[in-house]
Amino acid sequence: MGKKILLAGCGLLAMLGSAAHADHLVAIAGPMTGQYASAGDQIRKGAEMAIADINAKGGVLGQKLKLEVGDDACDPKQAVSVANTMVNKKIVFMHGHWCSSSTIPASDVYNESQIPMATVSTNPQVTERGLKNIFRIMGRDDQQGLVAGSYLAEAFKGKKIAVVDDKSAYGKGLADEMAKAIQAKGTKPALRESITAGEKDYSGLVSKLKSAGVEVMAYGGYHTEVALILRQAQQAGLKLTIMGGDTMTNTELVTAAGPAADNVLFTFSPDPRKNPAAADVVKKFRDAKVEPEGYVMYAYAAMQLFAQAAEQAKSVKYADLEKAMRGGSFDTVIGKLSFDAKGDNKLPGFMVYQWKGGQYDYVKK
Amino acid sequence: MALALQQLINGLTLGAVYGLIAIGYTMVYGIIGMINFAHGDIYMVSAFIAVTGFTLLAAFGVSSVPFALVVVLIVAVLFTSVYGWAVERLAYRPLRGSTRLAPLISAIGMSIFLQNMVQLTQGARVKPIPPMLTGGIDIYETAEFTVRIAYSQMLIVLVTVGLMIGFSWLITRTSFGRQQRACEQDRTMTALLGINVDRTISLTFMLGAALAAVAGVMVTVYYGVVDFYIGFVAGIKAFTAAVLGGVGSLPGAMLGGLIIGLIEAFWSSYLSAEYKDVATFSILILVLMFRPSGLLGRPEVEKV
Repeated sequence: MGKKILLAGCGLLAMLGSAAHADHLVAIAGPMTGQYASAGDQIRKGAEMAIADINAKGGVLGQKLKLEVGDDACDPKQAVSVANTMVNKKIVFMHGHWCSSSTIPASDVYNESQIPMATVSTNPQVTERGLKNIFRIMGRDDQQGLVAGSYLAEAFKGKKIAVVDDKSAYGKGLADEMAKAIQAKGTKPALRESITAGEKDYSGLVSKLKSAGVEVMAYGGYHTEVALILRQAQQAGLKLTIMGGDTMTNTELVTAAGPAADNVLFTFSPDPRKNPAAADVVKKFRDAKVEPEGYVMYAYAAMQLFAQAAEQAKSVKYADLEKAMRGGSFDTVIGKLSFDAKGDNKLPGFMVYQWKGGQYDYVKK
Repeated sequence: MALALQQLINGLTLGAVYGLIAIGYTMVYGIIGMINFAHGDIYMVSAFIAVTGFTLLAAFGVSSVPFALVVVLIVAVLFTSVYGWAVERLAYRPLRGSTRLAPLISAIGMSIFLQNMVQLTQGARVKPIPPMLTGGIDIYETAEFTVRIAYSQMLIVLVTVGLMIGFSWLITRTSFGRQQRACEQDRTMTALLGINVDRTISLTFMLGAALAAVAGVMVTVYYGVVDFYIGFVAGIKAFTAAVLGGVGSLPGAMLGGLIIGLIEAFWSSYLSAEYKDVATFSILILVLMFRPSGLLGRPEVEKV
């Protein structure tokens, strides 16, 4: 309770402060409490560090930045009320929300009040609704299949590729996107199949792949089935490479598939800690006893995006900021950000990884 | 041609496993006229015992695969038989003589209980073991396809054939087998002749559980991954096998298992793997339409 009063007091002070010194109010919103609170905590730490760094260099357009924190607990209703509160506080930029289901309703409020926002939500619908104020600094769910499919078509040119899914919403969606991407590169998938997840016997599928001469399989689904298919392929004497989605990061895959797991490729969001240009910031976080994992670096990048866009536009007015963000290019800790007409960023949202001896790393091109 | 041969091998392996589990269903139905829905979960428990056994043996540095296999098989059969006995004693015997529906509901409850027990004590995540029996023999080669029998497939088929021979001997030639068949025909009369009916029924449950235990160990070796939910799918398939072959008939259960294994294997390689289960159950419906008591089942005569 004491903390809440303190927080409210801080908010009040911040408001008074902003009125007195005309600081730029920027905000973050996300699940600061509830089951996803760890993500909210990462966002807060990243944003706080970024604002401290920007202010140390003299702020934006000669004025300091001040941070507002909104807690939506990943509840869409609470997200809308947070958005209204933030609008009343007259923020000039929002980084959030985190859950796609919160971002989508809240973005309508920000759009009406003309506040630009940068989000890490991955649902395609976030940027598919034609809102001009929203910019996404992370990958989209449907990019994953594109990245995986294009990689397969290029790296395994001339080899027969099968596309298989487990009939789940996630698996089928991913497999369809992979098939589309493979086709777009001029290769026709040799086989399109579905299996039932939760079964144990995939020897029928394996024999089918073997007799069709398939060496590479693009798979939409979970790691459990991949382990079984790999084992059964090995028993049948078929050397199979499997490309999967982000679910393949699970270490159970390695235990269950044994050494055959080295034949698994998968797509996953890039790790900003590996970005050489961000080494200084990574070190700074670690010195402050904060591991820059998950969303920490993305929150840092969102604040950099705002600062640079405002400097380029020489204004924090919505129309100027929006124009600068859409047209410009920004050096951030997650890479060089620029956006397309929908507001999706043009960075590679997903990287191709490969398992090797129980560890995974970027695949060598 | 080569593909067909390969699928024949795969289908027979799968069918053998279904058959082993199906016998448990059919025996229990034969003797007390109820479907033991917890049977699939007994099989799941034995798979977990197998995973624990293999992991423990590996931790103690046992690297001989045949030795580990025999030890785990014996341990799994012993423990799982106790489970089979306990399930009958706790959930079915108190309900004997009540309505037909009561033990059925009790069986479903037992199934849920076993699933949740394993989920709570072992966790909901899959439990893998590292590959044990890898490799196989190439038996037929063409330019584009090599037919291969994996060692683990050979193991499953050989063990199943051995068990079937032993089991038929047990039922047709021993005094326990005679008692068991007598109970099947008329429990009251059997009791009047001085045979302990409760003991015979308990032994039947233990035998069914033991066969399921063998299937559980084999599947663990073959697929290498178990979770608390595997009993459901396997149980449904094996139950279907028992019904297809004629519930109550032991050779029928094995035959039903093999037929379902083969349908699944051939359907998934020549047609679409997606509609494999649709095909299996359509054939079940067709068979039941023309032979309501299954392929080898005797039509039930209501005694008045």
